[in-house]
Amino acid sequence: MPRAKRSMPEKVSVQCRVNGHDATLLDFPMARLLDALREQLSLTGIKEGCGEGECGACSIEMDGRLVNSCLVPVAQAEGATIRTIEGVADGEQLHEVQQAIITHGGAQCGICTPGMILAAVNLLEHNGRPTEAEVRVALAGNLCRCTGYTKIFESVLAAVTVAEARD
Amino acid sequence: MRSSVASFDLRTPHDLPSVLELLAREPGEWRPFAGGTDLMVLLEAGKLAHRRYLNIWNCRELRNISASDSEMKIGALATYTDVKGHAILQREFELLCRAAEETGGIATQNRGTLGGNIANASPAADSPPALLVYDAELELISAGGTRRVLYADFHTGYKKMNLRPDELIARIILPRGRGGWKTYYRKVGTRRAQAISKVCLAAAAKTENGAIADIRIALGSVAPCVMRATKTENSLRGKRLDAAAIDDARATLAAEITPIDDMRSTARYRSRIAQNLLQEFLQSCATT
Amino acid sequence: MTNPSIGRSIPRKEGREKVTGRARYVDDMTLPGMLFGATVRSPIARGRLRGIRFGEGLPWNELTTVTAKDIPGKNSIVLLEDDQPCLAAELVNHAEEAVVLLAHRDKYLIEEARRAVQLEIERLPAIFSIDDSLACKEIIWRADNVFKSLRVDKGDVDAALAEAEFVVEGEYETGAQEQLYIEPQGMIAEANGRDGVTVWGSLQCPYYVHKALAALFALPAEKIRVVQMETGGGFGGKEEYPSMIAAHAALLAWKSGRPVKMIYDRAEDMAATTKRHPSRTRHRTGVTRDGKIVAMDIDFTLDGGAYMTLSPVVLSRGTIHAAGPYDCANVRIRSRAVATNFPPHGAFRGFGAPQSVFALERHLDQVAKVVGLAPDELRRRNFVREGQTLAVGQVVHEKIDMNELMERAFELSGYRAKRERLARENPGSTIKRGIGFASFLHGAGFTGSGEDYLASVAEVEATSEGKIRVCAASTEMGQGTNTIFSQIAADALGLECSSVEVVQPDTAHVPNSGPTVASRTCMIVGKLVESAALGVKQSLLQNGFLREEDGHDAFAGACRLYIEKFGPLRASSRYSPSPEIHWDDAHYRGDAYGAYGWGVYVAEVSVDTLTGETRVEDFVAAQEVGRVINPVLAAGQIEGGVAQGVGFALYENVVWRDGRMINNQMTNYIMPTSMDVPPIRVYFEELPYARGPAGAKGIGELPLDGTAPAIINAVENATGIVVRRVPLTPEILLDALDAAREKVHA
Repeated sequence: MPRAKRSMPEKVSVQCRVNGHDATLLDFPMARLLDALREQLSLTGIKEGCGEGECGACSIEMDGRLVNSCLVPVAQAEGATIRTIEGVADGEQLHEVQQAIITHGGAQCGICTPGMILAAVNLLEHNGRPTEAEVRVALAGNLCRCTGYTKIFESVLAAVTVAEARD
Repeated sequence: MRSSVASFDLRTPHDLPSVLELLAREPGEWRPFAGGTDLMVLLEAGKLAHRRYLNIWNCRELRNISASDSEMKIGALATYTDVKGHAILQREFELLCRAAEETGGIATQNRGTLGGNIANASPAADSPPALLVYDAELELISAGGTRRVLYADFHTGYKKMNLRPDELIARIILPRGRGGWKTYYRKVGTRRAQAISKVCLAAAAKTENGAIADIRIALGSVAPCVMRATKTENSLRGKRLDAAAIDDARATLAAEITPIDDMRSTARYRSRIAQNLLQEFLQSCATT
Repeated sequence: MTNPSIGRSIPRKEGREKVTGRARYVDDMTLPGMLFGATVRSPIARGRLRGIRFGEGLPWNELTTVTAKDIPGKNSIVLLEDDQPCLAAELVNHAEEAVVLLAHRDKYLIEEARRAVQLEIERLPAIFSIDDSLACKEIIWRADNVFKSLRVDKGDVDAALAEAEFVVEGEYETGAQEQLYIEPQGMIAEANGRDGVTVWGSLQCPYYVHKALAALFALPAEKIRVVQMETGGGFGGKEEYPSMIAAHAALLAWKSGRPVKMIYDRAEDMAATTKRHPSRTRHRTGVTRDGKIVAMDIDFTLDGGAYMTLSPVVLSRGTIHAAGPYDCANVRIRSRAVATNFPPHGAFRGFGAPQSVFALERHLDQVAKVVGLAPDELRRRNFVREGQTLAVGQVVHEKIDMNELMERAFELSGYRAKRERLARENPGSTIKRGIGFASFLHGAGFTGSGEDYLASVAEVEATSEGKIRVCAASTEMGQGTNTIFSQIAADALGLECSSVEVVQPDTAHVPNSGPTVASRTCMIVGKLVESAALGVKQSLLQNGFLREEDGHDAFAGACRLYIEKFGPLRASSRYSPSPEIHWDDAHYRGDAYGAYGWGVYVAEVSVDTLTGETRVEDFVAAQEVGRVINPVLAAGQIEGGVAQGVGFALYENVVWRDGRMINNQMTNYIMPTSMDVPPIRVYFEELPYARGPAGAKGIGELPLDGTAPAIINAVENATGIVVRRVPLTPEILLDALDAAREKVHA
């Protein structure tokens, strides 16, 4: 559809809080939050794998809930509190899940890793002691083609052990 | 091929009355946009035909799940996560919770809404078969008021609905008090998670003295819209579930559904599976 | 001495970048003034291009458009041959073939522009099956549609078949499979007459891209630069196709004078890029009464799609692996790769072997039934042993004992007890369980004299701080190149792994160590890294800066002194042909591979007879791969390969319509999720290989070979259904189960 023939929407300004900082996004209202965060805030740790909410590589937390940022129009981020992979570590101190993924081989090519970590961290915030079966369910929306998932399960369960020892 | 997001509008009216007012003022010009788990996929695929949407995600009054003695009212914007985590629904409407659990991954369940699942009108949707089994009704609202329709009468053909352009699905109403029924929900989609169903069958039956006193059978992915298999239900009422009755029910169901070949499966497979799942359900009724 | 790092699970070198989101993939990179590129593709499979129309309503003067006539050099993506155009000029030979390229700074506008270009193509008849191609129903490639044919001959097959007490025949097929790396393909290019062409991208083989660009632009090698960005999975899918995207992005950059980014969306990636070759294999096997295989007559055909790409090489590996790890005096293999009007099929982990191994391992279970032996007993009586010869006449010098490996796999999986128990429990249940296995080998490195021709080079440099830089064109794409190269170099020099940096592959800075394929990175290039590292040490020793007895703390000081006196401290190592490896390419005889990995995989499945759905419930992967450099990374390779094999066996079905993939979304082309992968237990037998670094062999492709046949053999054990094709969809299995039930009733 040629653009000139239709009245175009204006870009909208969206205020939200991202990884603990106030942020303003300026984009077409139907633009994907994925693109806005990557391009305007340089949060390129959020990955695009499929663009249809199937692979989970673009997973972020929005108001404490895991979402696929490729399926969120930017207009719906107004007032939202967002956490991306860049906001998971505490400065240089990695989250237990991040550390466990390094130690236990839970990342290979790394493209699913940010989304996978968000999904795992989100799980542990709702369920501090998941079983392997629960881990499998929680990560079913995050596809990994490299690892066969086995080492990801090991990583998440190891992170639980580390977190418990710390607490 | 992607769509250009620059040619789509998404406005956020500040409350529900404003949404309804806009829908009424320019009927057909605006359509509601909730969690986006279907519409954004179409947008990515370049297949989203309509261009102007109203963001209703923040209409909190449409998200509530409430219970009275006689019915459950589920706000159309209740997400699958809201549904599957609700204590009463878990206890009394297990099929719906199962459907919610089996729809997409966690991220989809956090954004996908029950109302959206209905309004998207996919014949492969996971929760509608459960809603049909529970004799759900819909509360539709518009600037002019509200009306209730039987969910069984809502879908009228492929992607066709008994819904005016100025109306929204506001609530899904489930009558309570159906204890003691034997229930069944099974979605067949080849892999264990994130599958689109090839066939989905939800059913419930009440048996008395070894015979079927009442029964509901609903299926997805075997017809232009999610359907109740009323002929099959009728053929079973009052019957004892012996092998002959089950064979008859299989045949009736096979004649009642109209599955097709598509990229996900074949008509032949869908028909066989629908019959096999029905048989599995009926046998489970017969043995208890 | 420091603690040797080889054999330890050193954490992935780039792990921290990957878990924090800092790792830089091509789509994370932006250049000033960058445009976005898009490709207009043919919607039909075969035809004559009559015209290109640019629809109304778009500012075409602002858009950069490129067609075949804009190509400065040769209009082809040069690989083995130059038959594949970069942009179709007159004829279109497959759907999704690129015809027009577009670029603009507005990435939304570019999507509208892509829709507005109309290709006028006069349709020609197309062919979509191996049979139609072989019958020359249409001639679509040169004289006879055959990209390559091969023959392997050992002994006298006809005589042996005539004498055999049993002759068992069977035909087997495998479907196309999409690599489905989670990062879609993409490139960024800068190109102009003054500086030449530079591309940054997601790719496996920097020098393949380099070669293709030099021919396309008719530029000297030094004017082309290819840089690998962090690469989000490859599995062969980023072996040859990145040359195409690099070419497209570079042409747009050349014409516009601006940097151009071209990132495929998932739908485009799945529809347009290469997939695993579909195959058909026919077996005729002669066996004696006591189960000795005396003749193997094998006919193997690959569907190569519309252009040659790497089909001859895929065919080669598939052919050599077709007779498996068995001792048989008489073997005849006839094979060919043929043209169809599908998008070209290409490299995918295993590279032809998973196809022919599937056929063989399914077939041997049929042979066992005919002879009246258990499947394992048949294998036991035929496994090749040290000193015996493979189909191509290669004498096995490795000390492999396949019987022992099989027993180990059986022990870990409880194979025998389960086989017996499941047979007892299955009757009366709608869920049938079964257990099956496959035994196989996989050659590491390029076939035959391939490594001699490649003559790969790796380089190691020491800095004055005593840090080591490894320079190789071998790419990290998740499999662990960075980490294992670090371990190898560190141990060669007696240093900590943290002292080693593996340089980002960039053709301006790294030598050509060949493509990152064929399970060759660790065994072949790793060995070069080891030699080069030893070369650095040798320089220090020879010049007296270091003594053998010095500890690692003396290393940095020695480097500083050397560099102060002589300048840069570098050593390189080039692959040299082994005097023990002989390959006769004309007769397809000799030492096909320097070394093999050996495997026995056991799968346990459950089949729901109501739905035809198969689930893999348990999996044991036992293999001998030489010395294991890094146990966690190695196990990760196996587990990931098994998961891909589960998809290959049961889920991943490319649905074609008129030569186009129509289920080109992750929603409809289904790969295993975290819920679908069984517990996988990995066991390594380690027999050090003298020519591998610290004794290591290749590992990456091995798991794809054995997984699918083990699963399908288990399905037969569960149901009695003889399945001859993967993917085994529930639709196919339910039909077979129904047919079997009807047969019983009749």
